[in-house]
Amino acid sequence: MRKSYGEVRAVDGVDLRVSAGSVFGLLGPNGAGKTTIVRTLATLIPPDSGEVRVLGHDVVREARAIRDRIGLTGQYSSVDEELSGRDNLVLLSRLRGFSWGAARRRTGELLATFGLEEAASRLVRTYSGGMRRRLDIASSMIVTPDLMFLDEPTTGLDPHSRNQVWELVRGMVGEGATVLLTTQYLDEADQLADRIAVIDHGQVIADGTPVELKRSVGSSVLRVRLRDAGQRDTAERMLTEALGTAVHTGADRLELTAQVAAEEEATLALAGLSGAGIGLAEYAFGHATLDQVFLALTGHPADGSRAETEEAA
Amino acid sequence: MSSVVEAGPGRGMSALAAARPTRPGALSSTLTFAWRAVQKVRRDPTQILEALGVPIMFTLVFGFLFGGALAGSTSGYMQFYIPGIVVFTGIMISMRIGAVVNLDNSREVTDRFRALAIWRPAAIVGTLLGNNVLYVVGCAVAVAVGLAVGFRPDGGVLGLLATILITLVFVFSFSWVYVVCGLALKSPTAALSACQAIVFPVSFVSNFFVPQETLPGWLQAVVNLNPFALTITAARGLAHGTATAGEVGAALAGCAALVAIFAPLSLFLYRRRA
Repeated sequence: MRKSYGEVRAVDGVDLRVSAGSVFGLLGPNGAGKTTIVRTLATLIPPDSGEVRVLGHDVVREARAIRDRIGLTGQYSSVDEELSGRDNLVLLSRLRGFSWGAARRRTGELLATFGLEEAASRLVRTYSGGMRRRLDIASSMIVTPDLMFLDEPTTGLDPHSRNQVWELVRGMVGEGATVLLTTQYLDEADQLADRIAVIDHGQVIADGTPVELKRSVGSSVLRVRLRDAGQRDTAERMLTEALGTAVHTGADRLELTAQVAAEEEATLALAGLSGAGIGLAEYAFGHATLDQVFLALTGHPADGSRAETEEAA
Repeated sequence: MSSVVEAGPGRGMSALAAARPTRPGALSSTLTFAWRAVQKVRRDPTQILEALGVPIMFTLVFGFLFGGALAGSTSGYMQFYIPGIVVFTGIMISMRIGAVVNLDNSREVTDRFRALAIWRPAAIVGTLLGNNVLYVVGCAVAVAVGLAVGFRPDGGVLGLLATILITLVFVFSFSWVYVVCGLALKSPTAALSACQAIVFPVSFVSNFFVPQETLPGWLQAVVNLNPFALTITAARGLAHGTATAGEVGAALAGCAALVAIFAPLSLFLYRRRA
């Protein structure tokens, strides 16, 4: 799939396969091309080239067959601010083909399921971010879609609302829906997705299960936190020697992380530090986080600030 | 007992699962969008105040200001002027369609509509139809104010209803011009400015204030092609019970021409939205 806007190649040769009944995560910073991919798959914009089939149908020639079976929840809320929550759901139930009576019944069920009964008569304009997102997802669940697109479903939500959205996504998958989720949060992809494609500059730079992705970068990661920042240089030198890999230091002056090929090396390195009298406040040994995966794959952190600067330029 | 409750998927979020009804028809979707427009009017009654302002202001200010000079007497002028005010009220208060369509189109909710398997024009056609609640109020106020200042139509109640009806047909047709402005321009303000820039020449280069016979020949030729003027001619005839089939036919042909040009253009712009 390719898609350009003038000179900008928003999507540059993306090839994805999403299997039914799973959650597929598209992970990347702002401006990576995630939304363009979702909009193409949801039949909103045609691809410039490439064959794109969704649920067995071509996105250009058989768009209506796809639209019958998908749900789309856009990056900002795809709900009507000037209507009440109830009227939003009645409207969309009617547009899915329910009679007025059935539309009202379905709306009642969804308002209850999504915890929106009390706010049902209020204009959506007055809703909090979390309520708006719940209404948004409810609007996509009026008929259970075979494929649900969630474009950055938790961007801008507080942790409590984010957890609610995650539970809803798990519930949808429990009902047999396939979910294609975009996110710039690495822990979100890790929590929800069965498979992840990492997108940068309109290209897939890696894909696999979360575990595979983490393994591909280098098996495991040792993280230590020093008691005394003055011992940092000594600790960094000793770890580099013991592990034979680069040691990363972050914004936190007490923390050091390094990739580890074999567990024994980590044990020996820790013993070495303690033998040299370097006190550790804490240490952890485990799989790489997706943040580290992103850094290793792209050479820059997944903070999105770089992409935003480019867009502004 | 629990087996009854758990019939169906039997999982915690079973309300998430719903059977798929058949795809709605074009008419059903259009009426649903019309319902949406009516709910928005109900939720924001200031729109109705706008619909009241135009007929009251134009009847009182221009009727009394120009009436004596143009027709010799104010009451004589009102017989000529009020049917035009009904049509003018329609073209003025429907101008907001440009901004409404522009705002709608810039919002993500439009993506949701576009990703549904519905008749594509339903969103726009429904919006135009639903806003008729405002136009009916505006036209009724225009008639009421007219009656209060001495308008005595010979066509009676039926004539007045026919006047309002042809106005609604014209407003629906002319609204496609506003829809094109709304879809082609970047912001609601720009769309509204464009609508105003179109409405003023269309409504003033017409037989709205003065009979077209008083205009120079070349201007009469222009006025005779102006669907707004054709509608006013028909509206006057219908109000006073003198309308000919030719007058009504010409007005309807003007309306059909507006739809034939601007509806396809609107739908092209709507589809093209990136």
